[in-house]
Amino acid sequence: MNDVLDVALRLLIVFAVFMLVPLVVGQAEHKVMAHMQGRLGPMYAGGFHGWAQLAADGVKFVQKEDIVPAQADRRVFQLAPAVALLPYLLVLVAIPIGPGEGAVGQVVDAGIFFVLAVMGVGVLGSLMAGWASANKFSLLGGLRTAAQLLAYELPMLLAAASVAMAAGTVSLPGILNAFEWWWLPWQIVGALVFFVAGLAELQRPPFDMPVADSEIIFGAYTEYTGLRFALFLLAEYAGIVVLCGLTTVLFLGGWHGPLGADGLGWVWTLLKTAVLAFVVIWLRVSYPRLREDQLQKLAWTVLIPLALAQIALTGIVKVAIN
Amino acid sequence: MTLAAAAAHPGFLSPTGVEIAFLLVGLATFGAAVITVTTKQLVHAALWLVVALGGIAVEYLLLTAEFIAWVQVLIYVGSVVVLLLFGLMLTKAPIGRSPDADSGNRWVAAAVAVTAATALVWVVVDAFRTTWIDLEGPAQGSTDATGEFLFRHWVLPFEALSVLLLAALIGAIVLSRKDRAGTSHREDKR
Repeated sequence: MNDVLDVALRLLIVFAVFMLVPLVVGQAEHKVMAHMQGRLGPMYAGGFHGWAQLAADGVKFVQKEDIVPAQADRRVFQLAPAVALLPYLLVLVAIPIGPGEGAVGQVVDAGIFFVLAVMGVGVLGSLMAGWASANKFSLLGGLRTAAQLLAYELPMLLAAASVAMAAGTVSLPGILNAFEWWWLPWQIVGALVFFVAGLAELQRPPFDMPVADSEIIFGAYTEYTGLRFALFLLAEYAGIVVLCGLTTVLFLGGWHGPLGADGLGWVWTLLKTAVLAFVVIWLRVSYPRLREDQLQKLAWTVLIPLALAQIALTGIVKVAIN
Repeated sequence: MTLAAAAAHPGFLSPTGVEIAFLLVGLATFGAAVITVTTKQLVHAALWLVVALGGIAVEYLLLTAEFIAWVQVLIYVGSVVVLLLFGLMLTKAPIGRSPDADSGNRWVAAAVAVTAATALVWVVVDAFRTTWIDLEGPAQGSTDATGEFLFRHWVLPFEALSVLLLAALIGAIVLSRKDRAGTSHREDKR
């Protein structure tokens, strides 16, 4: 009975994190963008700096009518938001935030593979939405999503493989247990490749060609309204949390930090994740959107060779150490 | 994967929860696979294929082969099906029934499928007739064990496979370059 309680408690905590942290990232995006672009944004809801605007947006989304276009494929159309969102919940289960068994939802033996595999499934949601909407802009968005995923999945995997080689394990807590500070300069190229490819997989600017609002309205999500649309947005923010958490765990040493080794490791994890999330938002307001051919070129001619070079470097150093 | 034969043979008549789950997931996978080949809606076929491939991943998990299960999801659900959907979207697969989704080869295809399935089932049953997975001991399908098997006992087949894939890759490049040099103006954005 104790086991069941333990599992239930862990899942409950992961679910609470999943519901809460993406919203914090969303709120941070509102405020950080507003400050960087020198505009106020909504300032009234809730009083202080409009902190309740996000909740108000949520209420607005719930109230809106849930419309399915007449020509659409109803069931696929309605299922798509769930397919886009749920994988990120599953991924969160496997990300360790502190040392020891207590600070991870579930230790997964092949952690890296689990995380990357399940994240890849999330894109199916966008593809389903793009096809089932019976809208040419949605279809174009779906096509671009698929092309982008095919291009950026490979460098992401290769970069992650480099860390796995360095640590000699594919389990996420195992990698962190093996982490040394000098891995940071050693794996820095892999870290950059992983982060950039992850951004592209999430379709965040500057890689937001699939939802380019000035060209194809909102890509695969054009026909969505109300709660289902909000779920897609939530999936995007959950994706940011997962990507930043993963980059932290794989490349930045997770709970390792210069001080506070006992008991405070989780603070380091959260801090690094938060800084990365800030960078994600920062990139959104500072870079223009990449064109489709530039996107593909970046993936195939820059990121993949860099990732392969990183793997070669990892192999050489690993052999030299041994 | 060799599975240590447990000292005392469990019987077929008192199935454990894992075995029942294995059977049920197997049935669901089989159902999804049948729908995949019989549905008249092209994109639905691809989506049911996701269910079938995911079901197989769950079966791997139940057989303790965790690493294989995640690779199955990564490669098949995450990449192959996405590629498939990409191709289908390029053909503007219609919503609703595609009248030309049927092929005249259906009986030949069915015969080939049944033959292949019989051969595979026969081989698997013959190889693992009375072996049982020891669930109490260390995980036998862990990444560690899989890697050791792959690179200690099966290196040659593994390398042969990678050469085969390399050949396919080069072949694909050659085929797609031919188009560009020729007269046809096909847009290949990949």
